[in-house]
Amino acid sequence: MPKTTAFHPRLEPLNETKVWKNWSGFLIAPQFKYSLTNEYYAIRSSVSLLDTSPLFKYRISGSDSIRLLERIMSRDINRCRTGSAQYTVWSDEKGFVLQDGVILRTDDFEFFLTAGEPTLRYFKAIAKEMKLEEVSVKDVSEAYGILALQGPHAHSVISQLTQDATDLKYFDLTHANICETEVIISRTGYTGDLGYEIWIPNENALTVWDALMAAGEGYNIAPIGTTALKMARVEAGLLLMGVDFDSSRFAWVDAQRETAIELGWSWMFRNLEKDDRDFIGRAAIEAEIKNKTSRWKTVGLEIDWHSYEAVHLDAGILPPKSDLYHETTMSIYRRSETPWDYAGYATSFLFSSLLRKPIAIAKLPLDLTDAGTEVDLEIPVIRKPVNVLANVSSLPFFVPERKTATMGGGK
Amino acid sequence: MSNSNNYDAIVIGGGHNGLVNAAYLAKSGLKTLVLERRHLVGGAAITEELIPGFKFTTFSYAISLMRPDIVQDLRLADHGMMVLPLVNTFQPGLNGDYLLLGADADANFHEIARHSREDAESIRDLSHLIDRVCFALKPLMDNIPPNAMSDEPVELAAMAGLKEYMAGLEPDVRTMIDKFVNCSAAEILEEYFESDLVKALIASSGIIGSKVGPRSKGSGLVWLFHKMGEYDGIFGEWGFHKGGNGGFTEVLAKAVMSFGGTILTDADVETVIYKNSVATGVRLASGDEYFAPTVVSALDPRRTFTQLVSSDDLPDSLIEAIGKYKFQGTAAKVNFALSDLPNFPGLENRKDIYMGFTNLGPSIDYLEEAFADCEAGRYSKKPFLDCCVQSTIDPDMTPPGKHIMSCFVMYAPYHLSESDWDTERENLGDVVQATIEEFFPGFGSLILHREIVTPLDIERIVGLTEGNIFAGELFADQMFLNRPAPGWNQYRTPIAGYYQCGSGTHPGGCVIGGPGKLAAQQILGDLKHEEG
Ligand SMILES: Cc1cc2nc3c(=O)[nH]c(=O)nc-3n(C[C@H](O)[C@H](O)[C@H](O)COP(=O)(O)OP(=O)(O)OC[C@H]3O[C@@H](n4cnc5c(N)ncnc54)[C@H](O)[C@@H]3O)c2cc1C
Repeated sequence: MPKTTAFHPRLEPLNETKVWKNWSGFLIAPQFKYSLTNEYYAIRSSVSLLDTSPLFKYRISGSDSIRLLERIMSRDINRCRTGSAQYTVWSDEKGFVLQDGVILRTDDFEFFLTAGEPTLRYFKAIAKEMKLEEVSVKDVSEAYGILALQGPHAHSVISQLTQDATDLKYFDLTHANICETEVIISRTGYTGDLGYEIWIPNENALTVWDALMAAGEGYNIAPIGTTALKMARVEAGLLLMGVDFDSSRFAWVDAQRETAIELGWSWMFRNLEKDDRDFIGRAAIEAEIKNKTSRWKTVGLEIDWHSYEAVHLDAGILPPKSDLYHETTMSIYRRSETPWDYAGYATSFLFSSLLRKPIAIAKLPLDLTDAGTEVDLEIPVIRKPVNVLANVSSLPFFVPERKTATMGGGK
Repeated sequence: MSNSNNYDAIVIGGGHNGLVNAAYLAKSGLKTLVLERRHLVGGAAITEELIPGFKFTTFSYAISLMRPDIVQDLRLADHGMMVLPLVNTFQPGLNGDYLLLGADADANFHEIARHSREDAESIRDLSHLIDRVCFALKPLMDNIPPNAMSDEPVELAAMAGLKEYMAGLEPDVRTMIDKFVNCSAAEILEEYFESDLVKALIASSGIIGSKVGPRSKGSGLVWLFHKMGEYDGIFGEWGFHKGGNGGFTEVLAKAVMSFGGTILTDADVETVIYKNSVATGVRLASGDEYFAPTVVSALDPRRTFTQLVSSDDLPDSLIEAIGKYKFQGTAAKVNFALSDLPNFPGLENRKDIYMGFTNLGPSIDYLEEAFADCEAGRYSKKPFLDCCVQSTIDPDMTPPGKHIMSCFVMYAPYHLSESDWDTERENLGDVVQATIEEFFPGFGSLILHREIVTPLDIERIVGLTEGNIFAGELFADQMFLNRPAPGWNQYRTPIAGYYQCGSGTHPGGCVIGGPGKLAAQQILGDLKHEEG
């Protein structure tokens, strides 16, 4: 039987659908309300609260922690100040991505990391191989619950409980006290909206949950499930392991593996020449950049609304739109003389209620990745494959100003 | 006159149709000016902060019919269009009974089955049939209708095409369209349902804004019209725009400006300037003049044809048709600021029941009685109310924890037989309040502020003749080929360069944009034709 998170006693009665799914062995609600779209709009119009406790959590500390993370992480950990967080990836020797995650630097030599898959033994093995003595890697997965408070009113809610979050800049973090509980609050999230993620010791999880829900009452705070979150993250152009890419660790062949650059994260290596970290995969990544050997790139796809309408209306049916999010692979073709000229594929597809058009995250060969490039996306229309026009776009699709705003007004 | 008063196109009236029209014209490269009489744009679709922190949707309050192609063409999502879906529809009875319908078809089945298991099944058949009817009529909504009075080959061909299209529809769809046009909502509903709560809930769509009861012919078509809207591709679903319907017209204003259009408020147009049946500009009440070879009236047909220009200059047949065109407004609004949510006995502390339409009109007889008052020239003693507590969906409508409740009131006839609206305003508010109190005991103690909008206020403030919310009844003889008059249903007027784009043109009233878009299409086509 799956385990339950520390917030479960509160989540259970709130789940109107009574449907649960298994996330890393924990019961989690895909959605709380019957209407997914309504749940989604809590993220964009009011404020949402999401339990992400099933993530694996690690505490990495000690004076050698920097050296360990310099070695493991493809992105330079030295660019993560104390009191800030960093979105990062770790790769294998061939430059293929093992995992992505957010790392919090809570002290000069103390880090907290979230990961989708276990990575304790791997990190320890690297530390051992490097003969690092002053580093401890601890699995604290079941010591903390994490809540994501996301949406335009996230600050209206948290500021009722602590003043310490107010001046946080995007990706900053702070220790804070909520209802006499020591928590860590980071100005981060997976929605592309204004938001905070809060690490709460499990024993006080319910106290903090109750406080947030009470503070959010007047702002229509709503618990959300993972599907609404995923809908928002597509708009935010954020990739999901297991959906948009797979970990190199359990792949059979390189065709299943992807490099950070292929995933669209070349910005992580913008200052590569300025650091001399000997990180795992560095040589491969440098060669990929130098020789331009990326096999494809991850891009956004905006499906042409008129084309999407037409292929359905012509078939005599309404285009599906409402609550439409899926993770099935869809083929993409070149618009060329050759019919069905295969080019790549889409991994996540959403009819964005907010943006009023279907969008997708796609992998395309490099010559098709300029914004505005036209491609065909294959969709089923009455069970038959039909192509619709789609335009390549950069990610993210949606970037509200509040996403990166500092609520205290500081710059 | 300085050059700065010269434009390519002038749109009179900054309601949503005027704005849509101007946005299309500006987008096509025309130097476009919108002239709005009031200090704000939006017309019947405005949001006003009457007391600090409380946003009132003074008139129009929900959105569904806005044509999806306009949203794309004008890139309204980029300008902040955000329609929040309604979660539930709540139909309380007066005896503790109620219907609460939401987003899940199976949950709805069981909810309706509490009243009738057959009704729970019927609603699926009826909904599917109505969806197919809406699908069939969608192209008619989104295109310029043919001109039935014209002998031009294109128009004759268009009429023939229309007949062929209708004849080609599947028989059950065609039959259902006929029923909507020729039957009352109640007649159709009797075929499908036995539960009074169910029938009344659906029938209420058939009376909104119209001088018909659920048993009057005409209510079928009004019902169908309200089903033609979409939310994320689902027919008949409604939402609240972020910040109320005024939030939506602000988005439209941004779109107009993004395409280079100019909007001037406090600009009351007195007359269209024209000579030898050719329009050249407009004159404001202030005496200021603006010039353009294209002038578009976004006002209702009475103003377009008898006030902005002289009826003497127009064909008698048109003036006669406009004279007969029915306005006869029957709706009012009473909006409340509330200190807390109302309480429904048996469902105490349930915020979710208010997250959508709360429909006060528990039976067909109740609605008919309300209509009987209207027929007698009185406002209903027990009105039908469509209530929306928008703050349960959009927290930015009120200070935290407080609420706003918009109540659309039927019936409130423009012509009162024994009194006048300035006398009756507060009495109407009291009647509405007392009605709500019957369903939600203790309601009165929650009220922080009350705004009353009579049909006369609608006419005075927005300019909608006789307060008709759709700029003219949505009756079959005033729709499509006949809106606003046979032969004049293609946005042109007898004055060259003078066009109409208000809700009194096809496809009609509601926050729908179709009139504005289709008029722009006609104007741009005519301009191209002139050039070519
Ligand atoms: C009380 C009420 C509730 C409604 N509820 C809904 C609803 O919930 N959902 C829905 O879809 N529809 C609703 N409707 C209908 C819908 O709001 C209207 O059909 C629609 O907004 C009309 O838009 P319009 O642009 O055609 O005209 P209007 O909105 O009437 O715009 C005309 C504009 O012209 C201006 N004007 C008038 N005269 C002059 C002049 N001489 N010079 C310059 N400017 C002038 C006016 O000030 C106004 O801004 C409601 C209407 C009312 C009145």
